[in-house]
Amino acid sequence: MIDFLSPDEWSALRISLIVAVYSVVACLPVAIGVAWLLARGRFFGRGVLDALAHVPLVLPPVVVGYVLLMLFGIRGPLGAFLYETFGIRLVFTTAGAVLATAVMVFPLIVRAVRLSIDALDLGLDEAARTLGAGPLDRFRTVTLPLMAPGILSGVIVAFAASLGEFGAVITFASNIPGETRTLPLAIYTAIQTPGGDAAAARLATISFVLAVAGLIASEVAARRVRRMLGRAA
Amino acid sequence: MIDVAIATRLGAFAIDVAFRAPTPGVTALFGPSGAGKTSVVRALAGLLRPQSGRIAVGDIVFFDSSRGIDMPAERRRVGYVFQDSRLFPHLSIADNLRYGLRRAPADDRPIPFDHVVALLGIGALLERRPLTLSGGERQRVAIGRALLSQPRLLLMDEPLASLDAERKAEVLPYIERLRDDLSLAIVYVSHARAEVERLARTLVVVEQGRVSAAGPMSELSARLDVRGISDAPDAASVIDTTVLAHDVGRRLTRLGFDGGELMVGAFVADVGARVRVLIPAREVIVATERPDGISVRNVLSGRIGEIEGHRGGDALVQIRIGNTGILARLTRDAIDRLRLATGREVYALIKASSVERPGS
Repeated sequence: MIDFLSPDEWSALRISLIVAVYSVVACLPVAIGVAWLLARGRFFGRGVLDALAHVPLVLPPVVVGYVLLMLFGIRGPLGAFLYETFGIRLVFTTAGAVLATAVMVFPLIVRAVRLSIDALDLGLDEAARTLGAGPLDRFRTVTLPLMAPGILSGVIVAFAASLGEFGAVITFASNIPGETRTLPLAIYTAIQTPGGDAAAARLATISFVLAVAGLIASEVAARRVRRMLGRAA
Repeated sequence: MIDVAIATRLGAFAIDVAFRAPTPGVTALFGPSGAGKTSVVRALAGLLRPQSGRIAVGDIVFFDSSRGIDMPAERRRVGYVFQDSRLFPHLSIADNLRYGLRRAPADDRPIPFDHVVALLGIGALLERRPLTLSGGERQRVAIGRALLSQPRLLLMDEPLASLDAERKAEVLPYIERLRDDLSLAIVYVSHARAEVERLARTLVVVEQGRVSAAGPMSELSARLDVRGISDAPDAASVIDTTVLAHDVGRRLTRLGFDGGELMVGAFVADVGARVRVLIPAREVIVATERPDGISVRNVLSGRIGEIEGHRGGDALVQIRIGNTGILARLTRDAIDRLRLATGREVYALIKASSVERPGS
């Protein structure tokens, strides 16, 4: 199995997984918070927040990457601040790839979580109140568990999408082997390289296997959640 | 004592409700759908904030707009049984039951888990999930969950409304049992007269956001002007009695009430037990002289209290027997023939077999 892939290909797989896991994990709490504000919040600028959260879904990924480059590039306002204050550089780094991917999958999680918030039965929250549960207690013991299916489906879709993210990553973080070259970027590079057909096929197979594994995992998880909520599987 | 005096607006609907009810015991909020009963209960629970007024239970003030008091719902310790049970779908029945129990003060949990489980007959359900339960089972679990939160006051908002007749008959005895066993203060919302007659110590009639009548159930049942109670075609007087003796040979039971005694068909109850009976108004016969040679077992002497104004071919007549009122439905013709009028001495004739026990 080790011999099946070259060290460069192993590195692409590793970076893809790192980027996918980190971007989804980093996104999740923020996305839940934003979804909550959009579903329940009554405040000025809610429409703007809604549009902003969904922009990556409708913009070409290359444009998202470009905007990130403008903001987080060494001379961009945020990038300069991060570099001068903390010495953090995002462009051309794995962290940059994570950021680009996170921005792209953010709306996918927000949408899924928001649907689950809209479907919440407010009556259960009232019941918990009359049973002596304060706001945080209710969120932890009633709201969050009931949102679990929405959160789970958001995470799975986002994870799958993050494994395939191409445009934003290559524009913002570039295509650096061992640093930002994820599976899609490695496939692209292999196709561009003379005699790289076999490598492209191997990498594409890995992508396929990952996708199928993801599907199976999501099905298993969804069943478990359904059982947890007491519905027939 | 439950002391409520609140006013609020819900859109175009105005609610202005005031009543006092003794505790323990069941206080029934009775009235047609949309009268504002649920809003009153939600205000008691702290789920609805009235614009003005005061709510107190015992010596604890839940709400007082003039003093700026509004205790949050989660601190009121008011158990709430919703119409639609509202069990947590992601928790087992046992965890649902313990949800409120865990949040009650550790040094103030007089209602034990095992007792409630036995009282409601839900021991076999503990490991199951809410969605696998029948409607009646769910409602019993919801009652148990509210009880185990160790409430100062238990609110039941039409807990039987979503159940069919069979399930109602299944749950009602449990409610009676917890009323009698736990001596709790209960506010029970209903638009079903049969439930109210069976359960309520105090009756509060709510119509269009206002209290139209309030007082002890037996007193209100003998009045002529209580909407939905005395104007029903099968109106009945509610009488709270004590079992005095059983006559096993003649298969009769002797009951005492505030005003006299009643002989009824034998039933199972300990001597000394408090028993509520119903006397349907159309089963009561009125005589101006004590009749002789008659099969009727109960001949109660009293005076005419009130006579219903002209309406149709028949009218309700209230007869005062000691401190108790009994309604009789008579034809206009009979009232005229006997020259019945307020204050007139009469005899109310009630067959032993006409006296009913609520719910049977």
